[in-house]
Amino acid sequence: MSQFILEMRGITKEFPGVKALENVNLQVKEGEIHALCGENGAGKSTLMKVLSGVYPYGTYSGDILFKGGVCKFKDIKQSEELGIVIIHQELALIPYLSIAENIFLGNEQAKRGVINWNETIVKTKELLKKVGLNESPHTLVGNLGVGKQQLVEIAKALSKEVKLLILDEPTAALNEDDSENLLRLLLEFKKQGMTAIIISHKLNEISKVADSITILRDGKTIETLDMRKDHVTEDRIIKGMVGRDLTNRYPKREPNIGEVIFEVKNWNVYHPLHNERKVIDDVNFYIRKGEIVGIAGLMGAGRTELAMSIFGKSYGKKISGQIFKNGYEIDVSDVSKAIENGIAYVTEDRKGNGLILMDDIRKNITLSRLNKVAKKFVVDENKEIVESEKYRERLKIKTPSIFQKTEKLSGGNQQKVVLSKWIFAQPDILILDEPTRGIDVGAKYEIYTIINQLAQDGKGILLVSSELPEILGMCDRIYVMCEGRITGELSRDEATQENLMKLMTKTEVRG
Amino acid sequence: MQMPTQKTMTRHSEPIEPKIQPFAQMIKNNIRSYSMVVALVLIMLLFQLLTDGILLRPLNVTNLILQNSYILVLAIGMMLVIITGHIDLSVGSVAAFVGALAGILMVQHHVPMIVTVVLSLLLGALIGAWQGFWIAYVKIPAFIVTLASMLLFRGLTMVVLKGQSIAPFPKSFQNISSGFLPDVFHGKNIHLLTLIIGGLLSILFIWLEIKKRNNAKTYGFDVIPAAMFIGKLISIVVVITVFSYVLATYEGIPNILIILATLIVAYSFVANKTIVGRHIYAIGGNEKAAQLSGVKTKRVTFWVFVNMGVLAALSGLIFAARLNAATPKAGNLFELDAIAACFIGGASAYGGIGTVSGAIIGGLVMGVMNNGMSLLGLGIDWQQAIKGLVLLAAVAFDIYNKNKAS
Repeated sequence: MSQFILEMRGITKEFPGVKALENVNLQVKEGEIHALCGENGAGKSTLMKVLSGVYPYGTYSGDILFKGGVCKFKDIKQSEELGIVIIHQELALIPYLSIAENIFLGNEQAKRGVINWNETIVKTKELLKKVGLNESPHTLVGNLGVGKQQLVEIAKALSKEVKLLILDEPTAALNEDDSENLLRLLLEFKKQGMTAIIISHKLNEISKVADSITILRDGKTIETLDMRKDHVTEDRIIKGMVGRDLTNRYPKREPNIGEVIFEVKNWNVYHPLHNERKVIDDVNFYIRKGEIVGIAGLMGAGRTELAMSIFGKSYGKKISGQIFKNGYEIDVSDVSKAIENGIAYVTEDRKGNGLILMDDIRKNITLSRLNKVAKKFVVDENKEIVESEKYRERLKIKTPSIFQKTEKLSGGNQQKVVLSKWIFAQPDILILDEPTRGIDVGAKYEIYTIINQLAQDGKGILLVSSELPEILGMCDRIYVMCEGRITGELSRDEATQENLMKLMTKTEVRG
Repeated sequence: MQMPTQKTMTRHSEPIEPKIQPFAQMIKNNIRSYSMVVALVLIMLLFQLLTDGILLRPLNVTNLILQNSYILVLAIGMMLVIITGHIDLSVGSVAAFVGALAGILMVQHHVPMIVTVVLSLLLGALIGAWQGFWIAYVKIPAFIVTLASMLLFRGLTMVVLKGQSIAPFPKSFQNISSGFLPDVFHGKNIHLLTLIIGGLLSILFIWLEIKKRNNAKTYGFDVIPAAMFIGKLISIVVVITVFSYVLATYEGIPNILIILATLIVAYSFVANKTIVGRHIYAIGGNEKAAQLSGVKTKRVTFWVFVNMGVLAALSGLIFAARLNAATPKAGNLFELDAIAACFIGGASAYGGIGTVSGAIIGGLVMGVMNNGMSLLGLGIDWQQAIKGLVLLAAVAFDIYNKNKAS
């Protein structure tokens, strides 16, 4: 019997074309708070999904030992029975149900199918007391703020007699006070003997609560540090997270930068639902001809929101500010005007927002600028086929034919179709939001080559990415965002992963 | 210990699929619409046998067209609605309401027929705009908006008709549904004009196909082999010729067939060949992606409903003309027949998929079954039950095909 409550040994998990996890080891001691760190895409969430049975036994290799026993979970239910409970980044509560109903959803206090509401309410009150939430069990979850909803999630976890609580970015959506409160609660639970794994980008929080820390990078375990013995500083963690070889992953380019082509001034955006929440706070930036400008930031920093609000006001409310192209102010009040003004936006979520999966490659490529292959209102399909074929060759889309439905393509090829679509629209400014997310290294390289070529053709490129090496490897100039503001601007020579990470986590209020 | 099979990782680790010729690919993509044509032919043959050849007699073929015209008109509009991912439950009530107002105008106030038809279609457009406003701009689900309209216009129909039928319509109006093209050549036993039109259509068809083929050749695309191409031309010409001969031995081409054919050609063209058509499919396929590609999703949705309103009005006129009366019960359950026609014809309930010709074939499958079963003396009760099963079977077949494909 070991001192570890949880041991994950040699976990390897593959998706078609990508190795998400490779021989990962994780050891968590009983009664500690164990932090799991790594960049976006390092494999943290995948590892936790393996642990909780979202990816059932047999779809990965390696062993999971919980309290010394080997576990072969078929689904979440089985891991929860052992007391392993995961709280996901996106809260899984139902807004139209009450707190009590949510807490006992799927775990109803019932006899022969009839719910005992009195018992439910009593138990809910106990749980709410434990997490320090002063609300009636009957309150609808939708009426609570995010911080309180997070507490309801934790109460729900406690109701399942949790032994090991896993929190995936628990404070990402919380404000300072709520985060503070949540961390205090975790320490409180630790005193009572609960073990927790916390995934977080906020290094100051990790230093505050964690006893030990495991760092993942590119789907591999880098190291496990003991917070007290090893004198771990934030810089030390950052080094572990990012220290990777950059050679040959990015194609070479001789930047040929011209005058300013695109400029955004005093850009402010409010949340579409919470009217008083400012999502983008007085952002100013510019792009020059032939320049690749990066926007770095952690999840929730407002990168995608910024990009979408610029592109035809596709996100947010009460948008104010000015946009200039070649020195003249332009109107981007809807998407077709933005496209006409030479702006293109490659969405972050290519399946949800980028492609029409049930349509073929050809129809996807021409959709945003059909009038280029049409006479008046009639689409000339022959011309369309010829044009699409050009892009298939130019971007090396691997497919039997351009009549292939895009849902049948691999991630990298889907992304090439999206890029084709926007290059076809002949923009002057391309906003690329996570252009290489979820695609394998080879395809990434090809996409970087395409991006470089576009810059070489004199287009202005705005590259939004959560992968720091990508930003560093590709961009001529980098803006860093944190909590809706631009916290810094660095040239290619000034930027290092360390100082980018510092600016990305610069949460304190400006002086 | 169980080891997962190690996949060989290459630099380009995407699976390379076997080469499929574009033509084979196109057949593969369209297998659903072909299979419904085959099903329609089989059903027709079945009833032809069961009814001892009555089904395809000239009189009955003409009847088939007349009986189903108003449903087919609705199905065309409904297909566009369903492609955008919506539904319209109100078309039957709208058809009844428009028919009622046309009756009041023409029969009670003696408004000229042309004026009435134009006013009726405008009224349909207005009703469609009303629904389109709530659905596209206020974002109320179409199911709810059109359910409300279904009740609203059924009620209004009874109000304006005061619960009574209005009849008879002037002869010129009745001719929309029951008239035939006059035979200007005065054939003795046969309608010569019909045969001539059939011949002209065959020539037109051959010309268009050859033009299309040559056009594809100049672009250097693969075309089907010459033998197959000629076979295709011959089979289509045979179908046109036989069909026009059958019609010619009775009264010739019904007026309504001309209206219907014009609509089918026009709407197929709009759906397949125009920018607006592409936008309609794009909205149904992925509204968010369409919007981020610059498609004016709200405006297009709005106009799709306006169009549906116009076609519902037309359907109401055709029905009133055929019945030679405007009745409060007109158009009852038309919406369900039209919707069923679309789904039998290959539309997806989630939007983005469907063709105008599919809607017509779906409508004909139902029409032939109705007609065949009536000829066999089956009661309306059994007809309805069997139609229900056919709808389910068609969609189940569709889902089965999709699952097999993926």
